[in-house]
Amino acid sequence: MSSVHVENLKKYYGAVHALNGLDLDVVPGTVYGFLGPNGAGKTTTLRILTGLAYPTSGKAQVAGVDVLKDGHKLARRIGHLPEEPAFYPWMTPREFLDYLGRLYRLSAPERAARTRELLALVRMEDVSKRRIAGFSRGMRQRLGVAAALIHHPEVLFLDEPASALDPVGRKEVLDLIGNLRGQCTVVMSTHILADVERVCDVVGIIAKGRMLVQSPRQELLERYAVPAFEVEADDYAALAHWAEDLRRTSWVTAATAQNGTLRVTVKDVQTAKRDLLTQAVSAGLVLNRYEEIRPSLEDVFLQLVGSESVS
Amino acid sequence: MNFIAVFRKEMLEQWRTYRLLIVVAVFVVFGMTSPLVAKFLPEMLKAIPGATQAILAAFPKPTVVDAIGQYIKNMSQFGILLALLVAMGVVVQEKERGTAAFFLTRPVSRETFVLAKFASLAVTFIASLTIAALGCWYYTYVLFEPLAWGPFLALNGLMLVVFLVYMAVALLASTLARSQGIAVGLAFVALIVIGLGGSLPTIGDYFPGRLFSWGMTQMLGRTDTAWPAFWISLGIITVALVAACLVFRRQEV
Repeated sequence: MSSVHVENLKKYYGAVHALNGLDLDVVPGTVYGFLGPNGAGKTTTLRILTGLAYPTSGKAQVAGVDVLKDGHKLARRIGHLPEEPAFYPWMTPREFLDYLGRLYRLSAPERAARTRELLALVRMEDVSKRRIAGFSRGMRQRLGVAAALIHHPEVLFLDEPASALDPVGRKEVLDLIGNLRGQCTVVMSTHILADVERVCDVVGIIAKGRMLVQSPRQELLERYAVPAFEVEADDYAALAHWAEDLRRTSWVTAATAQNGTLRVTVKDVQTAKRDLLTQAVSAGLVLNRYEEIRPSLEDVFLQLVGSESVS
Repeated sequence: MNFIAVFRKEMLEQWRTYRLLIVVAVFVVFGMTSPLVAKFLPEMLKAIPGATQAILAAFPKPTVVDAIGQYIKNMSQFGILLALLVAMGVVVQEKERGTAAFFLTRPVSRETFVLAKFASLAVTFIASLTIAALGCWYYTYVLFEPLAWGPFLALNGLMLVVFLVYMAVALLASTLARSQGIAVGLAFVALIVIGLGGSLPTIGDYFPGRLFSWGMTQMLGRTDTAWPAFWISLGIITVALVAACLVFRRQEV
């Protein structure tokens, strides 16, 4: 059974169709990257799945609970970190986590133990008695992660968890998320492809309120991979001249030279592997680098979202 | 019960943000000073240079009725204003700040969220009014004569009902509104409507403001009542709270 199952979900705000028949399935225990450009419908989807917004039509189940029918049961099974987690500024992190523990009816010893454990996890023990009012964005985000985990949720929803953080903060939060793999299902919305490549097992790409594709990350890369090679040389003129020759070659799809780097997209990888270097030598080039380019999620994303915006 | 946990947080919030202290302070000041003002106002006027005999004659020797009149006047003005001020921001502020969204994905029902706020404010007002009433009783006893406990208790109970009416209406405004500005506007519209309605002849007998004059007649030992205004007040509180819960249940935050 899926941890998250969404079927033909629609959400209209007047004439604006935020979700336009979205389908989504998340396998238990995975870290699912919910990817899409700004305004694609990611936050709306998460708001519906966490019970904060109501769909116009469609079905949505999380951990076996119909999100429209049993909000209370849903709340006990999910954790949620909004894009900008909000706290009571007059509380301290310790008080805040203790309060959440009370809402989940943890006993006093359980609350104390869990609070200690989570403050250690997000490295906030030293500020545990400071008021939240003075916290930085990164500290708030880390506290938000701790708050989302207080009750060991089955499914954790994270809305752009690292998008506003500096590199150190981003690494910390992504490491935290990566460590949750296998402990609970994580659904993470983001528009930052590097974050998804770093931690997600499965990727769903959404645009204009519809799911374009969802698949394990590696399969997706292989399916949409565009075979390409890159060559670097100091002689820019010779490189540009060779690019022109390559474009006339039958197994080459495209060849573009820019600032001493030539990118060659090919139809036949094996032929390219055999002939490309030989041809470079024949063209009299002294190479600084020769590399078969591994397809990135960015390529896949641009390919899919780009074609969607054209259509 | 989660209601207890949320209520506890609300009380702690009132304490930490000094809201509790402000409400208690205002009530205590006006409760205690009412008999003092009634007693010493003529003395103070005499001390003003140039006070004419005509002005002084307008203030005869103060009595216990003046003390109670001053108490009701102060409470009806500042108590109502405080009830509106403390309640009109409580829900909308959380919606604007984002804490409502953060907490409504927890096992907190939307009804609990609204009702715990009302309950905590009601407790604050009950505590404040109690201290203010004790202060008023003591100073009236010292400066005039002891007040009969029964009618005085009834007077304060009726005043509390009026405060709760304004508090519930302001809470509904806070739930309906998307911004604090709108909540303030709605709350003051309610204040004007209830205030104006209460000042109309005949119809005014059915408005919450009538409860102040009923309280006064109790203190004067008269037997006339204002039960319709009392029941309508309780009705307004109930309807406002139920409406706030229903609106908030369907609202996207």
